[in-house]
Amino acid sequence: MAPVTSERDLRLDLFRGIALWLIFLDHIPSNAVSWITIRNYGFSDATEIFVFISGYTAAFVYGRAMRQHGFIVAAARILRRAWQIYVAHVFLFAIYLAEIAYVAHSFSNPLFTEEMGVLDFLRNPDVTIIQALLLKFKPVNMDVLPLYIMLLVGFAPALWLLLRAPSLALIASAALYVLMDIFGWNIAAYPSGVWLFNPFAWQLLFVFGAWCALGGAKRLAWFISSRVTLALAVAYLGFAFFVAMTWYFPRLAPYLPRIIGDNIYPIDKTNLDVLRILHFFALAVITVNFVPRDWPALRTPWAEPAIICGQHSLAIFCLGVFLAFAGHFVFTEVSNRLLTHVIVSVSGIAIMVATAALLTWYRNVERGPRPPAARPGFAGGDA
Amino acid sequence: MRTRSAILLAFVVLAGSAKAEMPQECLVARPLLEESNHLPKAAAAIAAKRLTVLVLGAGSSSLPGPAGAEMAYPARLKAALQAALPGVAVTLATDVTARRTAVQMADLLAGDVKRARPDLIVWQTGTVDAMQGVDPDLFNQALDRGIAAAKAGGADMILINAQYSPRTESMIALSTYVEVMRWVAVQHEIPMLDRFAIMKLWSDLGTFDLYSATKALDTAGQVHNCIGQLLSALIVDAVKPEEPPKGGQ
Repeated sequence: MAPVTSERDLRLDLFRGIALWLIFLDHIPSNAVSWITIRNYGFSDATEIFVFISGYTAAFVYGRAMRQHGFIVAAARILRRAWQIYVAHVFLFAIYLAEIAYVAHSFSNPLFTEEMGVLDFLRNPDVTIIQALLLKFKPVNMDVLPLYIMLLVGFAPALWLLLRAPSLALIASAALYVLMDIFGWNIAAYPSGVWLFNPFAWQLLFVFGAWCALGGAKRLAWFISSRVTLALAVAYLGFAFFVAMTWYFPRLAPYLPRIIGDNIYPIDKTNLDVLRILHFFALAVITVNFVPRDWPALRTPWAEPAIICGQHSLAIFCLGVFLAFAGHFVFTEVSNRLLTHVIVSVSGIAIMVATAALLTWYRNVERGPRPPAARPGFAGGDA
Repeated sequence: MRTRSAILLAFVVLAGSAKAEMPQECLVARPLLEESNHLPKAAAAIAAKRLTVLVLGAGSSSLPGPAGAEMAYPARLKAALQAALPGVAVTLATDVTARRTAVQMADLLAGDVKRARPDLIVWQTGTVDAMQGVDPDLFNQALDRGIAAAKAGGADMILINAQYSPRTESMIALSTYVEVMRWVAVQHEIPMLDRFAIMKLWSDLGTFDLYSATKALDTAGQVHNCIGQLLSALIVDAVKPEEPPKGGQ
């Protein structure tokens, strides 16, 4: 057996793939099928999974590059990746412009005069397009990639420290989170407000993922497999589930002690509320306990669709954002029945899987067939 | 379609105890007026037979065109209140201008209160804030400030959140602002007309077609009429001396 650190953990691809599907379902406004996604049953959602696994795989890929080729080479590769994501973001923005311009010309209703004001930015594209290129103007659902770009831009020094003093790096990351909370740090957005995903907050999960990839997971193994930890995780998920139910069934609200309600709300997504982090940790603990690394199902055709999506995460994420636009377009222009929601959701995921399969095919053609021995090794997925 | 009718029927049955004069399509949303918090100032004013209401809002509190003012929900609210409260002189003042955020309106509130001397303020906000991506913390603070100003001026307050607008749903991220308003209403123990949930229900049930591209005011007028009626029902419930009845069950 090769050493564990050199072997890609297929669970990461699997869960990142599933997270990408959930993000797609959540991104279609008023999608009935989004009732199945985890955000409805607790505090955290697929974004946490995506950011954590992205940190994990980034450390996995660029950590090896930094060890083998030094800081400069690894940093250059990380920045090239950030640039690719930036280009992808601008591409999505172009698609968004096309959609919004179409709506501006085809829709009017006196009931929604105020809401149609959102299209006004088409009248001064000189300002808004520049603000979009500066990552300050971010249309709905286009906040994840700018976060990812910022996380990668700051990742090289973090990785340097993680390789030398992992505990110190993790403490520094937590300290930045605390400072963000105390001083209210965030990046300004256009036309007003701040980034929906505060990079100073979300870096904590990204760095924690990287820390786990570089040996932290092994160090935590005793803690994660402890019965007490597992029991606490289950109890916390149960608590979060109950709180989530009070959102949908107000009759349950009186059973939630007022002191708890007063203290937990608002559960802040922008600044990655501690309750959300704990919820993600609880999910992760349970997952690691019940889905072992060598789980046979990971090698079956059933897991393959999610795994290949997870391995091409950038392309599939962008495709998901586009498909969510397109799906909403179908709801407004064609039909808004429940059956349409199901068809749009299922076919969207099918398109994501087919595209991931095509990308895998391209990769294999361009690289030539891989030697079978390398199969469990680094599968060439995205960082 | 059959399930829709069944749900519709269920809601109508649930809403059975509501006022007979409210149009059927408005009634569907009647159960969404939860047990409302009490409105002591408005109750005292009604007991004294004169009620002054101030509507403070942005663009979605008005309709365009010469007939718009009479069709928009503030005017419908006044008419519904007059019908529901015989013998009470209902006065309505409005401060409605498009494209205003909660921060801007909170600053105006004290002046409005001085001018109109209302017993009850209906504050509609949240849409423009979402369109401009105002920091949710600032939005929350603006609501707190406005509610404090109303209290200082001796008036009760009702909040109205954003409209449900299916066509622009992928362009305006309303949910944060809608939730903040629900939360602020709970915290301050004041009533809120959850216009977003009500219009979403109408859209889901097919009561009103909120997707249609039109210049006509028909549907818009019906929606505003229902909002005015529901708002009036909410107020009438909230000024009753006893515990308000539970959603008609």
